[in-house]
Amino acid sequence: MTQVNRLNGGQIDRTSTLNFKFDNRNFTAHPGDTLASALLANGVRLIGRSFKYHRPRGILSAGSEEPNALVELRTGNRKEPNTRATTIEMFDGLEAHSQNRWPSLRFDAMAINDRFSNFLTAGFYYKTFMWPAAFWEKLYEPVIRRAAGLGTMSMQEDPDEYDKGFRHCDLLIIGAGPAGLMAALTAGRAGSDVILADEDFVLGGRLNSETYSLNDDIAANWITQTVAELSAMPNVRLMPRTTVIGAFDHGIYGAVERKGDHLSAPSEGKPRQILWRIYSGRALLCAGATERPIAFENNDRPGIMLAGALRSYANRFAATPAQRVAIFTNNDDGHRTAADLHAKGVKIAAVVDIRPEAPLNGDYEVLRGAEVIDTKGRLGLTFAEVKLADGSNRTLDVGALGISGGWNPNVHLTCHQRGRPVWNETLSAFVPGDTLPPGLTVAGAANGIMSTHGALKSGAEAATHALDLKSDAIAIPTAEDAPVTQTPFWYVQGCSRAWLDQQNDVTVKDVKLSHQEGFQSVEHLKRYTTLGMATDQGKTSNMGGLAIMAEIAGKSIPQVGTTIYRPPYTPVPIATFAGRMRGKEFHPTRLTPSHHWAKERGAVFVEVGNWLRAQWFPLPGETHWRQSVDREVRQTRASVGVCDCTTLGKIDVQGTDAADFLNRIYCNGFAKLAVGKTRYGLMLREDGIAMDDGTAGRLAEDHFVVTTTTANAVKVYQHMEFVRQCLFPDMDVQLISTTEAWAQYAVAGPNSRKLLQKIVDPEFDISNDGFPFMACGNITVCGGLRARLFRISFSGELAFEIAVPSRYGDALMRRLMVEGEEFNVVPYGTEALGVMRIEKGHAAGNELNGTTTALNLGMGRMVSKKKDSIGSVLSEREGLNEADALNMVGVKPVNSADKITAGAHLMDASGPVDAANDQGYVTSAAFSPSLNCYIGLGFLKNGSDRHREKMRLVSPLTDLTVEVEIVSSHFVDPEGERLRA
Amino acid sequence: MHDLIALTALGGADPETCTIGSVTCSEVPDVALASVAARLGREGETHSALAALIGQKAPGIGQFSGQTLIAFWAGPEQWIVEAPFESHEGLAELVKDGTKDAASVSEQTDAWARFDLEGPDVQSVLELLCNLDCRNLATGGAARTSIHHLVCFLLRRSTDFFSIYAPRSSAQSLQHAIVTAMKSAL
Repeated sequence: MTQVNRLNGGQIDRTSTLNFKFDNRNFTAHPGDTLASALLANGVRLIGRSFKYHRPRGILSAGSEEPNALVELRTGNRKEPNTRATTIEMFDGLEAHSQNRWPSLRFDAMAINDRFSNFLTAGFYYKTFMWPAAFWEKLYEPVIRRAAGLGTMSMQEDPDEYDKGFRHCDLLIIGAGPAGLMAALTAGRAGSDVILADEDFVLGGRLNSETYSLNDDIAANWITQTVAELSAMPNVRLMPRTTVIGAFDHGIYGAVERKGDHLSAPSEGKPRQILWRIYSGRALLCAGATERPIAFENNDRPGIMLAGALRSYANRFAATPAQRVAIFTNNDDGHRTAADLHAKGVKIAAVVDIRPEAPLNGDYEVLRGAEVIDTKGRLGLTFAEVKLADGSNRTLDVGALGISGGWNPNVHLTCHQRGRPVWNETLSAFVPGDTLPPGLTVAGAANGIMSTHGALKSGAEAATHALDLKSDAIAIPTAEDAPVTQTPFWYVQGCSRAWLDQQNDVTVKDVKLSHQEGFQSVEHLKRYTTLGMATDQGKTSNMGGLAIMAEIAGKSIPQVGTTIYRPPYTPVPIATFAGRMRGKEFHPTRLTPSHHWAKERGAVFVEVGNWLRAQWFPLPGETHWRQSVDREVRQTRASVGVCDCTTLGKIDVQGTDAADFLNRIYCNGFAKLAVGKTRYGLMLREDGIAMDDGTAGRLAEDHFVVTTTTANAVKVYQHMEFVRQCLFPDMDVQLISTTEAWAQYAVAGPNSRKLLQKIVDPEFDISNDGFPFMACGNITVCGGLRARLFRISFSGELAFEIAVPSRYGDALMRRLMVEGEEFNVVPYGTEALGVMRIEKGHAAGNELNGTTTALNLGMGRMVSKKKDSIGSVLSEREGLNEADALNMVGVKPVNSADKITAGAHLMDASGPVDAANDQGYVTSAAFSPSLNCYIGLGFLKNGSDRHREKMRLVSPLTDLTVEVEIVSSHFVDPEGERLRA
Repeated sequence: MHDLIALTALGGADPETCTIGSVTCSEVPDVALASVAARLGREGETHSALAALIGQKAPGIGQFSGQTLIAFWAGPEQWIVEAPFESHEGLAELVKDGTKDAASVSEQTDAWARFDLEGPDVQSVLELLCNLDCRNLATGGAARTSIHHLVCFLLRRSTDFFSIYAPRSSAQSLQHAIVTAMKSAL
């Protein structure tokens, strides 16, 4: 198809032709085009269907404020719905589809909605679909969402990558129009570190759309020179295709850079977009202004667009929606469009100006004091009906109509920290108030300075002021400096279906209805009518809505006020916020030093926090995890097993007050712990609830090593730092984490000593006398490698934990396996570890669950009364010490074939099963290979006195009822003979 | 002499290196580390002892200094001393001997994985990794920062040469993040 509406000139590269498809039809375009400009050049005005009434819609604007021309861009897993055709940079092979229509764009069956518009007014759904309530979620809402809406998702994973980044600067300039460029030039020449960001793919802003001269030369030349100079400055970073989306605290701005959106697909490894966090010393908003439409009957037909956009398409993109055009305006800017289009050879049917004294022009007719009162054309504008000053009507035969109701400064970012804009009578528009985000100033049209000279000058001055530069900075180019006044004119009286918000199908009548039904606050108006919602956030519609609400309410517009602008300024894909944090990269993974060895052994891993821990090590022929776990338990209890326990937190505590410090941290006594000894310790929270448990080994008078559970390692370290720095700053104690520094292995089982004796250097006596239960010390292994040895046991067996520097962890594990062959050594994972600790009755995370006390855990007597420690006072609260307090117990099935399930509740042997009769609950359960049946640990009211009692274990959720016996929590070796062997 | 074979943080026998464009990311296992924290009221002695060890004044906030032995600031009255592993595997003992009971010393050699990033375009990689103003971090600067959710130390050794210290267990994740950023930026 030929580009029938392509004009001369423009900033497109005609030496190159790009092919693209819209709704499966083939078209051509040039580099420099947007999808919108290319469609217009190809004679396409109809782009989509409206949200609610499915009315044919075209292109309204030439920028990011576009409410109408939304398309589904790309196909397959790269399909992106609701993409604004006005901001899509053309690339070869681009494919886009219209949305919200069925079966086709030209014939949309859902357009029937338009016939029922009298019913489908604001609030229709709220009023209609009220009964029955249950139908809303399952029936009404899905149906409505299918009928009314925008594009559709691909439902496939986004194949592209997104980055996050951080930049710092002295001055962030938002917008590279005349004000922004002058500001960058001023600050850049002064040597300041400058970032200049603009959402467009070319810098220059509105100057690219105008025919003004700068310094008696065309503006394009000045832009080229300026951008070249800025590009050459090492202290200036130009960021085109970058939208600053929000103003956050402390001079931080969010910005989305579209790195690959102008390509069919990003190159390998390259991101599609980058979400930048920009730390600015000062920021300058030069975001320009957005033209506002005028509402009149049937003002939404394809071909009706903002006059300034018509000018952009003609001047910058060399495109026009039609060869015969009219303008409807209330200000001089509309006349500029007429003049520029006329100069490009487009026929101006008339300029319809509401002002009786509107300027005349010799080249085309100006209809003074006239209004457009209606339009015709089913799928695109064909006629505009004009009511002339004398009351007669005239029909204009046109394919496009440019409308201009004046310009609104883009104040959005000034309001992101709840700043309120103020009303400017001269412009009849809101301009930035004095409650800006700290460090932000505003220049150019965004600040209500509407002339080109004013923008250039204010940009330079604002940069000078913001950075406290010398004021003799640089010369301002000469440019037009016409005074701008804007007379308010929001809608043509007497219209019934005049669109304010074309994205949400909100009409003047809807605003009136909202007022009538009591939704008069702007925030209520927005929610009730949906005015200003969705992808364009009302950039072209909010002001019209406010003005009409003000008129009906008999208030001024500033009295009515505006809704709050919030980030992001334009839509941002969720993927951009996620960045690289997707799937397995959501958080970093922690690997133990012998991870690769475990992988070689075929270990099945489990995530514990960020750690990957070996859960069990299946052998050939084992088809169920229980087979592996049962074997690991039996072999460990029979001979010796090795488990990687590097993940346990290790905190080095040093200083002359180290022992006193631990005395405060743990509820049990530590001051008298001998050097070379380890002690089990329980930490309480301030409120007396158990926080974490572990051991602390005393390596020297002033040196302890504290171990924590894997899950609480960071939390305990934070707690200890808090106690050190805030509660006891006068204590001489220093902390540092050594979790990562040491690879640590539990060696457990009756043959553990024999195995270790093969690797521990002979000068260290680890016999039961030389290294008794709970001993610890520095040793060397394998001929001189420094190591730490602790004689502690989680499994209940004779056991040790041995630590070596992490880099040797892999080698040590391999050595233990080789040296252990004669003992039939087995590596065991976290499942076997869990089974053995349940068999031994040791509490773990399931029991230290944030609700249990030392008393509940059977350690009530551990809370020393001879000293003050964190949580000890509040652990004495009455409510925590009642006679029937929960005690930790063991649970065994009466019928050994029955299964014990964690989470199930304990009930008396007979009687009702309900919360009122609840006696306790099971926290941990496992199949015990040692007892050959399931066992569990749990909490039972007054459980210590109820051993041997028969109860029911119930789980109404899973329909479980098992007869159980309450027993001691120590299923294996209750006297502790094995671990002292 | 023991006969256990050391592995690098990435799990190999030898360190990994990756070059993309002008930037090279190298795993550096040949480094011994020890933390030094002054005991209460013994700050002056610790400063002197540290200066004697590194041959320069103890570095101030956000800085590192030294020659064969380098110390970087890690917190109030706290430093990490860095030395070549080959010659200083027992660094913690050496530092303890130097500071005696004026400071608490802890072996940190294998608590951290070190990656060096070097090349003219290193800044464009770093700006995708951390929120630190690396362009304005002077040579000799050391700072704590967060990279890929990991608490790291970043040292600027020369204009285009940075060292990153990150928790050893996450070396693989960190290397992936660095290489991904290199592919993205270069």
